[in-house]
Amino acid sequence: MSPSACPGLKAVILIAGPMKGTRFRPLSLDVPKPLFPVAGLPLIQHHIEALSQVDQMREILILGFYPNHEMNDFVQDMNHQYKAVTVKYLQEYTALGTAGGIYHFRDRIMSGNPEAFFVLNGDICADFPLHEMIAFHQASALPDVMTTILATEATKPQSLNYGCVVEDKHTHQMLHYVEKPNSYISSQINCGVYVFSPEIFQVLADKYQQRQRRSETPDTEEPESMWIERDILSHMVTIGRGQVFSTTNWWSQIKTAGSVIYANRHYLKLFAQSHPERLYRATDTQTIGNVFVHPSASIHPTAVMGPNVSIGPNVIIGKGTRISESIILADTSIGDHSLIKHAVLGMSTRVGHWTRIEGTPNDPNPNKAFAKMDNLPLFSQEGKLNPSVTVIGCNVVVPSEVIVLNSIVLPHKQIRHSFKNEIIL
Amino acid sequence: MKALILVGGYGTRLRPLTLSRPKPLVEFANKPMLLHQIEALVEAGTTHVVLAVSYHADALESEMAQEAQRLGITITFSHETEPLGTAGPLALARDVLQQDEDDQEPFFVLNSDVICDFPFQAMLDFHRNHGKEGTIVVTRVDEPSKYGVVIYHPESGQIDKFVEKPQEFVSNKINAGLYMFSPKMLSRIQLRPTSIEKEVFPVMASEGQLHCMELDGFWMDVGQPKDYLTGMCMYLKSIKDKHPQQLQTGPHIVGNVLIDPSAKIGTHCRIGPNVIIGPNVVIEDGVCMKRTTLMKGSRIQSHTWLDSCIVGWRCQVGRWVRMENVSVLGEDVIVKDELYVNGGKVLPHKSIGVSVMEPQIIM
Repeated sequence: MSPSACPGLKAVILIAGPMKGTRFRPLSLDVPKPLFPVAGLPLIQHHIEALSQVDQMREILILGFYPNHEMNDFVQDMNHQYKAVTVKYLQEYTALGTAGGIYHFRDRIMSGNPEAFFVLNGDICADFPLHEMIAFHQASALPDVMTTILATEATKPQSLNYGCVVEDKHTHQMLHYVEKPNSYISSQINCGVYVFSPEIFQVLADKYQQRQRRSETPDTEEPESMWIERDILSHMVTIGRGQVFSTTNWWSQIKTAGSVIYANRHYLKLFAQSHPERLYRATDTQTIGNVFVHPSASIHPTAVMGPNVSIGPNVIIGKGTRISESIILADTSIGDHSLIKHAVLGMSTRVGHWTRIEGTPNDPNPNKAFAKMDNLPLFSQEGKLNPSVTVIGCNVVVPSEVIVLNSIVLPHKQIRHSFKNEIIL
Repeated sequence: MKALILVGGYGTRLRPLTLSRPKPLVEFANKPMLLHQIEALVEAGTTHVVLAVSYHADALESEMAQEAQRLGITITFSHETEPLGTAGPLALARDVLQQDEDDQEPFFVLNSDVICDFPFQAMLDFHRNHGKEGTIVVTRVDEPSKYGVVIYHPESGQIDKFVEKPQEFVSNKINAGLYMFSPKMLSRIQLRPTSIEKEVFPVMASEGQLHCMELDGFWMDVGQPKDYLTGMCMYLKSIKDKHPQQLQTGPHIVGNVLIDPSAKIGTHCRIGPNVIIGPNVVIEDGVCMKRTTLMKGSRIQSHTWLDSCIVGWRCQVGRWVRMENVSVLGEDVIVKDELYVNGGKVLPHKSIGVSVMEPQIIM
């Protein structure tokens, strides 16, 4: 059988739209969040790359309600880089929910009759175990399995912020599913990665009809909107057609701007094994640990980079500047003797000499097994800004010799003095 | 001629520096604070200096013995067994200040933390001219409400009265802590804890025995770190005006900078304005500093930025460090690479490995 005759696999990446992901501001003010570069690649390129390596993967459909023009260049680039798959962007006319969009584009997903399809949330990062998942789905002990859900272990208190999954330890059948429970159910949490069999569309069609009949939709929601978490997973439990694939691989959500520093570190670490050629290995510059530098960037030989730094296109780094645990976006320039630590610098930002831009990492608790990152709210209960990664929006000017500490600077701002623990509008 | 310097106690306000050296030996502009006063006194003809101290410090005594020899004067210590305030020490040292009943030679009395262009010769001339028991020097301040102010006759300089912390403007001249007295004045003081400012001067003023002269130029009480740095800036400006050749010049120097010849400065640095660098200090490449004093033997590593700091003896400050906001490092402190120190007062022999985000004392 020739490859094209084989039914093959597809994938859907759910990226939602510009009014979602507000906790990612101010980074999402310039770049659509799914395209924010982490370890030098747009966030969802990591999804696409992992998917493109799955056997029989034919087509990857990106679903969201960003305007087409914001996604076109990226999609074109993906088709260019990953020749084995076709990548398309499908724009929802409005927010349809995680399952509503899939149902709306059912014909596009099912064209070519794929054997099964992946669904990946766009706002996660992981060492995706996709080969293992599809093999698990295809060789399931469960008769007529319709859904395989990826799950991972969290701490008990943190599990309440996620979808909680209970499985039969022997058969891995999904026995229970609750989204963000009020009390502890299970420390197995939903990773937002699924494999669905085509029969899932029958389930969605039934749900859709039900909703139309009962007109049970809240006024604020589109009648077409449906959610995987709410409408599919508990139904899978009821009909006994869902199963759980557990992973101990690295996985995290990307909700806040600060979480990109954590994601950047882990994707760079994966590159060190999977694509060491992507990491920066300059002979004349001192680097520490894993560093990504775009080939068009210019780094002075006396600058010291790393660990866990990503430098975007056309960035200029001056004499004796030190950068660690940070992401520097395109066209930004940094002067001499400056220090950037636990920070994200937006595009076309200018930083002076002897300037210090520093944030506080919000990494998972290192003393607890399975701890995830705490997506702290911006402000503490006392109304003070919680210390976090410092984020500088695009086109900001940070003068020489100031310190910007644990602060968020919105785009197009000319800073004139030092700031600590502030949001600068 | 004789002088008495009120050295007093442990100099706790200038800790952590005074944990390693007695305050009079802490350098100001690369010279022990006390020597600024003693050398100026010697220049005005003083041959015997009495140091009124309330503690024993071997380092101070042996170092002062050497200085006495170098300057060809006598330096003696008057030890208080209990704190005697600002007047009591005069009674304790009476035998030195007035050798016999006929000794009518006036003597100087100084608060020890004062830095200025010491006007000792002018004080002597002024004192002889008015012929009364006491002369005090006054200086102008911007915010007189924080001090006790002096009200006096503008021509004669005769003091009318003192007003503590005035609520409304009455004068902007305050006592500068530099006095000259005739021995006769000693009869006013008993050997007990007494404040010269509060208990002796008002009486002398009411009897018309106290005159004041106004100080030209800068004045600062450098007894605590914040004022030490302000005084440093004033001192450097005064050097700039009087002996500009003592200041450093060069492409990486900005403003008034004093550097000991034995110090080594790297490339791509920016030093100044208002920096004093002590002997054997090493500054590596790409360092920027302003409004800072570095004491003997310290090393500042590359790319570090310092503003308003006092770095004590033999400290080591790492690379990409930022220290500011009146940070003071005691002797032999190590600051690790990439740290931020905001108003930290670090005790001697401490190695700090985490940033000091808010002003605090690091034990």
